[in-house]
Amino acid sequence: MDLFEYQGKQYFAKYNIPVSAGGVAHTVDEAVAEAEKAQYPVVVKAQVQVGGRGKAGGIKLATNADEVRLHAGNILGMDIKGHVVKRVWIEHASDIAEEYYASFTLDRAAKQHLLMLSAQGGVEIEDVAAKDPTAIVKLHINPIIGLSLAAARQASVDAKIPEKALDGVADMLVKLYECFTKGDCDLAEINPLILKPTGEVHALDAKVSLDSNAAFRHPEWEEYAATEELDAREQLAREKNLQYIGLDGTVGIIANGAGLAMSTLDVVNQVGGSAANFLDIGGGANAELMTAALEVINSDAKVKSIFINIFGGITRGEEVAKGIVEAVKRVTLRAPIVIRLDGTNAEEGRKILAEAGIPDSQLTSRPTMLEAARAAVALAK
Amino acid sequence: MAIFVDQYTKVIVQGLTGGQGRFHGLRNKAYGTQVVGGVTPGKAGQDVEGIPVFDSVEDAVKATGANASFIAVPPKAAPAAILEAARAGIGFVVCITEGIPAQDEARVYATLQRDFPATRLLGPNCPGIISPGKCNIGITAGEIAQLPTATGPNVGIVSRSGTLTYQALYELKQQGIGVSTCVGIGGDPVPGTSFVDCLAEFQADPETHAIIMIGEIGGSAEEEAAEFITNHVTKPMSAYIAGVTAPAGKKMGHAGAIVSGGKGTAQGKMDALRMAGVKIGLNPTEAGSLMAEIVNNLR
Repeated sequence: MDLFEYQGKQYFAKYNIPVSAGGVAHTVDEAVAEAEKAQYPVVVKAQVQVGGRGKAGGIKLATNADEVRLHAGNILGMDIKGHVVKRVWIEHASDIAEEYYASFTLDRAAKQHLLMLSAQGGVEIEDVAAKDPTAIVKLHINPIIGLSLAAARQASVDAKIPEKALDGVADMLVKLYECFTKGDCDLAEINPLILKPTGEVHALDAKVSLDSNAAFRHPEWEEYAATEELDAREQLAREKNLQYIGLDGTVGIIANGAGLAMSTLDVVNQVGGSAANFLDIGGGANAELMTAALEVINSDAKVKSIFINIFGGITRGEEVAKGIVEAVKRVTLRAPIVIRLDGTNAEEGRKILAEAGIPDSQLTSRPTMLEAARAAVALAK
Repeated sequence: MAIFVDQYTKVIVQGLTGGQGRFHGLRNKAYGTQVVGGVTPGKAGQDVEGIPVFDSVEDAVKATGANASFIAVPPKAAPAAILEAARAGIGFVVCITEGIPAQDEARVYATLQRDFPATRLLGPNCPGIISPGKCNIGITAGEIAQLPTATGPNVGIVSRSGTLTYQALYELKQQGIGVSTCVGIGGDPVPGTSFVDCLAEFQADPETHAIIMIGEIGGSAEEEAAEFITNHVTKPMSAYIAGVTAPAGKKMGHAGAIVSGGKGTAQGKMDALRMAGVKIGLNPTEAGSLMAEIVNNLR
């Protein structure tokens, strides 16, 4: 789960990472009120989960209430790379002497935590990596040993952080690491990490991605889930407890298992179609799950055909087939279904589907994944 | 022969009295696996259809001589369960639990490396392992696995995805090709056992003559496998990588299956494997037919 900047900063603050005083605003009036609290000059920042906000005009400096009105009015409702701005973050403008970069992630290849630190911040780290890879210091951290202040300081020296900022940056790294580990982040990134003319080190931005598997020990995360930007289909799927990702194509996909669902998207693409979604209904495929899945797919106006791809392992073919027949009876579908049912007792399952009395215009069965994909794509054209 | 588990493997189920543990543990036993005990704290002395239950893994090992463990407990309890098994001297731990926080996985992995190097963890969030006709630990439906033949050629399967593992087993069964061992390594960010670990075992296993690998987007495990194959694997291979059409920045079901920053794409993985001499199928069926060609050439 990705946090907005303002949420990231609030999360940082819990781990004593210095951030600017500020507040979130949904309207121009709220923006002015927050600006008065933060004290001028302030920065008005669009809250969207996409890079390049500054270039798009989504970050503006304001020195008085009129300027806040002007900028907040322009930014709220602005479309930045397909993301509509619903909130702005207003914070006291910081004086900047220097800009650095710091992040913690899990390096899956090394199976250890990874610190990336650079004295060249404020720009995309990928650009720094491309131009001058030596400008980024990478330090692997054993998760059961952790990051000491001494190691953080050495990494800062290696990254050529200037002497005057060393203590501040090292202290910041230790705090950010604690936020990353205890806060169950997939990513905790500060870009830019700034040095103020007064010598303090400060997080000017916050990019935080949380590991949703750890939600059980973070009840405070519920407020973030409420602001997560899901489209209507994704919202419905979440309520039904389905693994769903909305896409742009015309073939609705239902499969059991994440790998098989991904593979189904690929096969549809190979035969010239495009998937409307990724939907994994999990290992089983009973009538309840299938009904919920069909309802979600049915809510997508772009869907012209539905491809159900089920491999029966422990869930036997006849149970899957009964579930589908029942679900088709419950949901009034706008698009025809093509089903591929394979695996344990697939023969019996196909027999149930064939004898259920569902017209061919509504449901047809194909023996292999490829043939079913072709049929579904043909129906979607 | 087979890899990691065979007819001599003695398995205990941690969480045998729970829904998942009972269901799959009994299925594994019915398949012929030596399921010798279960562990649920506070339930020592009970039994599940004749399988004795113990309070701790240590007690279970002392009483049964178990050398493998099947962990089917919720995400909160799984990290401690894995370490308890390791502490009791279990050499092979299969954890099917889905939803363990990545920070916990990383700590468990590092702890095993440092304190229990003799213990191998398979998973978490994996379907398990089956050496057909000998041992089945996990959630695989045993009947879809073709038995290996004494003379071969037999195929080893290693996969990151659950249902695609079954699909691979099924494709080989359709072709009448025997399977030595099928390993599901799981789709989480920090798997205890990697493609490379399995490839090394398959390469050394005289009963395995060819290998199918099923990968997916995210991470760099397939690229590492490709490098290992180039340098160490002489047995013929086919592979399939799921997620060619997956959009960047979206987790495709598995916690580990995500393309980010242009890294972990299916195309990059397929290219790396192709360079290593692996035949690439564009869908699971194609990977199966490519394997059938390979096997026919070996016959």
